[in-house]
Amino acid sequence: MAYEFDFGAIVPHWKLLFDGVILTTELTVIGAVVGVGFGIMGAWARASRAPVISQIVGIYVELIRNTPFLVQLFFIFFGLPALGVKLTEFQAAVLAMIVNLGVYSTEIIRAGIQAVPQGQIEAAQSLAMNRLQIFRYVVILPALKKIWPALSSQIVIVMLGSSVCSQIAAEELTFGANYIQAINFRAFEVYFIVTGIYLVMSILLRMSLKVLGNYLFERRRHV
Amino acid sequence: MSLVELHAIHKSFGELEVLKGIDLAIDEGQVIALIGKSGSGKSTLLRTINGLEQIDSGVIMVGGNKISERDTDLLALRLQVGMVFQQFNLFPHYTALENVMLSPQVVKKQSKVEAKEIAEEMLAKVGLADKMMHYPDQLSGGQQQRVAIARALAMKPKVLLCDEVTSALDPELVNEVLAVVRKLAEEGMTLVMVTHEMRFAREVCDKLVFMHQGRIHETGDPEEVFSNPKTSELASFVGGLA
Ligand SMILES: Nc1ncnc2c1ncn2[C@@H]1O[C@H](COP(=O)(O)OP(=O)(O)O)[C@@H](O)[C@H]1O
Ligand SMILES: [Mg+2]
Repeated sequence: MAYEFDFGAIVPHWKLLFDGVILTTELTVIGAVVGVGFGIMGAWARASRAPVISQIVGIYVELIRNTPFLVQLFFIFFGLPALGVKLTEFQAAVLAMIVNLGVYSTEIIRAGIQAVPQGQIEAAQSLAMNRLQIFRYVVILPALKKIWPALSSQIVIVMLGSSVCSQIAAEELTFGANYIQAINFRAFEVYFIVTGIYLVMSILLRMSLKVLGNYLFERRRHV
Repeated sequence: MSLVELHAIHKSFGELEVLKGIDLAIDEGQVIALIGKSGSGKSTLLRTINGLEQIDSGVIMVGGNKISERDTDLLALRLQVGMVFQQFNLFPHYTALENVMLSPQVVKKQSKVEAKEIAEEMLAKVGLADKMMHYPDQLSGGQQQRVAIARALAMKPKVLLCDEVTSALDPELVNEVLAVVRKLAEEGMTLVMVTHEMRFAREVCDKLVFMHQGRIHETGDPEEVFSNPKTSELASFVGGLA
């Protein structure tokens, strides 16, 4: 007996998927903005003259990069309450994404910083700028411009990775899909549709990041 | 009292001792040419004066104050001593005008209006009044180097260090940069320049410092030193160039 496709069976549950898309988007936007913010600070710390600071951040980066996202998520959601830190599903999911993107973008942005010619930094030093001024006015924009494609890809990866947050019942898109197929057994149809939604979201996210990059790095005269 | 005084400066890179006890005084209004073979330590010496290289021992005095390696001292030093590099090193994401305005604004906390006024003045001085809105990659090497000079001048340094500022330029662009340096010298700017332009050094500089193997080997009035070198090393250096 052939399986009869019935995509109509998904329609009554559209709201679950819609809410899932919204939550996935929220997770991604917050994770990306705060995560990249931490990435910039992490890259600054890695370039610190104090070896201790650089090493602490380095160890932290290795710790996160060499452990599974799902385990980190479980640790935050199920483990941290033992220390009295109780987070909601959403908070735990967001935190895990921030931690993850923070770490990966630290390494990506660090590569961008290293690509800024030393001569420009010395020129800024000879103009009596301090380290923070040099970072802010001379280094960070060209560095981000250089690694923007890599950073964009990482943000998309983290967006897709957010599907794992369904495992702690954060009600993002994959959670919605799991829930629907559990009640109507239309696994093929649900996951087919959700795959398509992720695909569209990825494409839209990439396009948005491209537009944002063009805006950020566009030659804009300030005077 | 000299503007900048160096006493017994020693500097090594690992095993390699590059500066072997340098004594040098830079007086106000003086134009000093630093010459010598490649690898003799000229760049290292200039970078030392600007605090870009830490010295192993010796004393650097600026305006009578001893410079330590604390950041605040370094910044104070660099407010007095500007530097122009062989490779221009303009900031690629800023226009010529913004390159020149940046440091007065963020370091000296000048208002935008004030910084712009000074930047325009400096860019006009180096002959680039019509290129202010150009980005570095829209400028020739000679123009970029003149922007770099304007950028250093906008901080109103007491001394300007120039490290082979024409060496990276195509021959036809050398003169426009030298003309700017000559003008600065004539206006009374204190300059220390590493250069291979011996004719220029002879005409413009009032003191010649010949470095050889990490030491100041011979020094004196350019005319005098060129026509009558006392050491065989300088004689062969000058001879090799002719
Ligand atoms: N950062 C550095 N690390 C190691 N060696 C260096 C460094 N900078 C310069 N040197 C060495 O020091 C010597 C003097 O260099 P430099 O001051 O650039 O000479 P010059 O400008 O007279 O050509 C050279 O042998 C050079 O290779
Ligand atoms: Mg040199």
